[in-house]
Amino acid sequence: MDLLTLLSDGFATSLSPFNLMIVILGVTAGLFIGAMPGLGSVNGVAIVLPLTFIVPPASAIILLAAIYYGAMYGGAISSILLGIPGASTAVATTFDGRPMAQKGEAALALIAAAFASFVGGTVAVILFTLFAVPLADVALAFGPAEEFALVLLAFTTFVGLGGDDILKTIIMICLGLVLSTVGLDLISGQPRLIFGDLPGFYSGVSFLVLAIGVYGIGEVLYTIETSKSNPTVSNAKITFKDVISGLKTMRRYTKTMSLGSFLGFFVGMLPAAGATPASLMAYGLAKQTSKKPETFGKGNIEGVVAPETANNAASTGSLLPMLTLGIPGSPTTALLLGGMVMWGLMPGPMLFIDQPDFVWGLISSLYTANVAAVLINIALIPLFVWALRMPFSVLCAIVLVLCIVGGFAPNQKMHDVWLIVVFGFAGYFLRKADYPLAPLVLALVLGPLMEKSFRQTLIAEQGNIFAFIERPLSATFIFLSLLFFIWPIVGLLRKSKQEHPHFSSKRPNFSRQNS
Amino acid sequence: MINADRIIASLIMISALYFMWHAVSLPIGWNGLEGGPGGGAFPFWLSLVMLLCAAGVFWRSTSGSKFQRFAFDMSMVKPIFLVSVGLVFTVFLTSMIGAHLAVFLFLFWYLRFVGKHSLKLSVAISVLTPIIMFFFFEVTLKIMLPKGVSEPLFLPLYAMFF
Repeated sequence: MDLLTLLSDGFATSLSPFNLMIVILGVTAGLFIGAMPGLGSVNGVAIVLPLTFIVPPASAIILLAAIYYGAMYGGAISSILLGIPGASTAVATTFDGRPMAQKGEAALALIAAAFASFVGGTVAVILFTLFAVPLADVALAFGPAEEFALVLLAFTTFVGLGGDDILKTIIMICLGLVLSTVGLDLISGQPRLIFGDLPGFYSGVSFLVLAIGVYGIGEVLYTIETSKSNPTVSNAKITFKDVISGLKTMRRYTKTMSLGSFLGFFVGMLPAAGATPASLMAYGLAKQTSKKPETFGKGNIEGVVAPETANNAASTGSLLPMLTLGIPGSPTTALLLGGMVMWGLMPGPMLFIDQPDFVWGLISSLYTANVAAVLINIALIPLFVWALRMPFSVLCAIVLVLCIVGGFAPNQKMHDVWLIVVFGFAGYFLRKADYPLAPLVLALVLGPLMEKSFRQTLIAEQGNIFAFIERPLSATFIFLSLLFFIWPIVGLLRKSKQEHPHFSSKRPNFSRQNS
Repeated sequence: MINADRIIASLIMISALYFMWHAVSLPIGWNGLEGGPGGGAFPFWLSLVMLLCAAGVFWRSTSGSKFQRFAFDMSMVKPIFLVSVGLVFTVFLTSMIGAHLAVFLFLFWYLRFVGKHSLKLSVAISVLTPIIMFFFFEVTLKIMLPKGVSEPLFLPLYAMFF
C-alpha cells in the first residue's frame, strides 16, 4: 500500500498542468524525432538536452524521459511508411511493417505498432514500479567497493554481450574512461591531461559535448552518406473505425505482447543490451512461437507487434538501473543520468530517500507519457506522413545548427563547440569502422564514479586490493565481470580452432547505436 | 587500396601514446602514502590497454581477414566534404562575426546551394532560425551567444528586451 501512496503522490506532481504539458510536448517532440530516419532517442535527447534549461530540473528530466518514450513509439512510423527504421530500435519493425504498408495495410500496421508500444510500455512501467524500491533498498548497502564492481560489471557486459568486435569495444571503453579523467585529479586536485595547459580542459570533457558530437554531427554525416535517394512514403489514413477494428485485431496477440513486454523489460535492464537486441529477440521469439512462421517477413502483424512491445518495454527497463543504482542501461539513459547530475539530482538509492517527489513524479510521468504517446501517435499520423516528405537536407541543416548552438549554451565556451566538431568527425569515422559508440558515451559518464570508488576503496583499506573480493556483493559483481570477460574469449578460441585458421573476434552483431 | 581500418587503429595508437605522455606528469604507480594508485595511473594504464588493443586491430588487419570492409560511398564523399567544411567554417565564423550571422550564412548556403532548395524556402529558414535563437537563448534563457564584431548591431535589441 505504501507503494500506491508514493505513486499517487507522484501523480500529484506529474499531473500538474505544467508537467502534463511538458509530457505532451516531450512525447510529441519524441514522436517526430523517432520518426525521422537518422534520428533516434539518443540523438534527440543529446540535441534537446541543452534546450531544457528553460524549465525547472525535475520537469526537464520528465521532458527528456517523455522524448525518450515518444521516440520509441515514433521509430515504427518511418519503418512502416518509408521502409527505413526511424531509429535502430525499430529495425525489426521494418521486416513486416513495410510489407504490410506495401499491401495497403499501413493503417493497421501503424495502429498495431502504437498499441503494442502502449502495452509494452505499460507492462514495463508496472514492473518498474514494483522493482524500483526493492532494488534501491539493496543498493543502499553499496559502498565504494560495490560501486566500482558494479560499474566494472556494466562495462564487461559490453564485452560479453554487446555483440560488437571485442578489441574495438575495449578500445571504446578505455577511450571513454581516459576522456573522463581529463581535468582535475579527483583526489589530489592537480590538473591532468590538459593537453598543453589548455584552459578549456580544466573543467573536463562534458558528456554532453561528446554526445552531441557523436550522436548529432556524427549521425548527420553518417545519414548523409547512407541516404542517397529519397524513398517513397506510403500513404496512411486512419479513421475512428480503423482504430476500433485495429483494437479488436490486437486482442488476438495477447501472448505475443506479453512475451515481448517481459523479454524487453529484462533485456533492457542490461547495460550492453537495450531496445534493439530486445526487439530483434522478441521478433525471433514471435516467429518461433507463431502458428504461421512462414508468413513472417511478408507482412505478418505479429512481426510488428512483437518488436514494438519489446523496444518500449526495454526503454523503460533501461531506466531502472539508472534511477536505482546510478548505472544507465542504455546510451540514452546515460545522457539522462548526465542531465540529472548536471541539475544536481544524483541518481542512485539516495535519490529515493532525498527526492521522493522527483522520483515518483518521474515514474508516474511514464504512465502519463504512455497514454499521451499512443493518443498523439494515432492522432498525428497525417502530420508524420507530411513530415517524412521533408527533404533530409532541411533536417540536416537544422540539426547541425542545434548542435553548434546547443553545444555552446550549457557552459558558454567556444572550446566546447570545437570539441563537438572534433568528436563529430571522430564519431563518424569510428562508426564507419565498426567501433561501437555506446560504450564510449557510457564510459565517459561512469568514468568519474569508477575511478572515485576504486581509489576511495583502496585509500580506506590502506591499499589492500583484495578489498574488492572480501565483501560478498562486490565479490559477486567481480566474479560476474570476469565471467562476461572470459566467456566470449573462450568461445572465440574454441570457434577459431574448429572453423578458421585466422583469429577473428567478430560475433553476430545485435548491438545498437540508438536506444 | 588504402586500409582504413589500419589508419584508424594507427590514429588510436598515436592518441593513446599522446595520452600516456601527458598522464605521466602525475604519479602513475602505487602511491604508498595514500594506499592507492597515483593521479596519473588511471589515464596511463587505460591508455596502455587502448594502445595494445589498437595494435591488435592493426595486426589483425595485416592478416588479410574480412575486417577490411571500411569503404566510402564515393558518390557521397562530395556532400559529406561540403557539410564538414561548411560546419568548420561556421564554427570559425561564430567567433568572428557572431552565432546569428554565422548560422544565417550557413543555412542559406547549405539550403540554397547544397540542398538546391527554392530561394523562398532558403531565405525563410535562414532568417527565422537566428531570430528564434535570439528569443529562445538570449531573451528567455539569458544565455548570450557569441557576437564577435556584430555586437554593436545587437545593442538596440538589448535595450529593447533587457
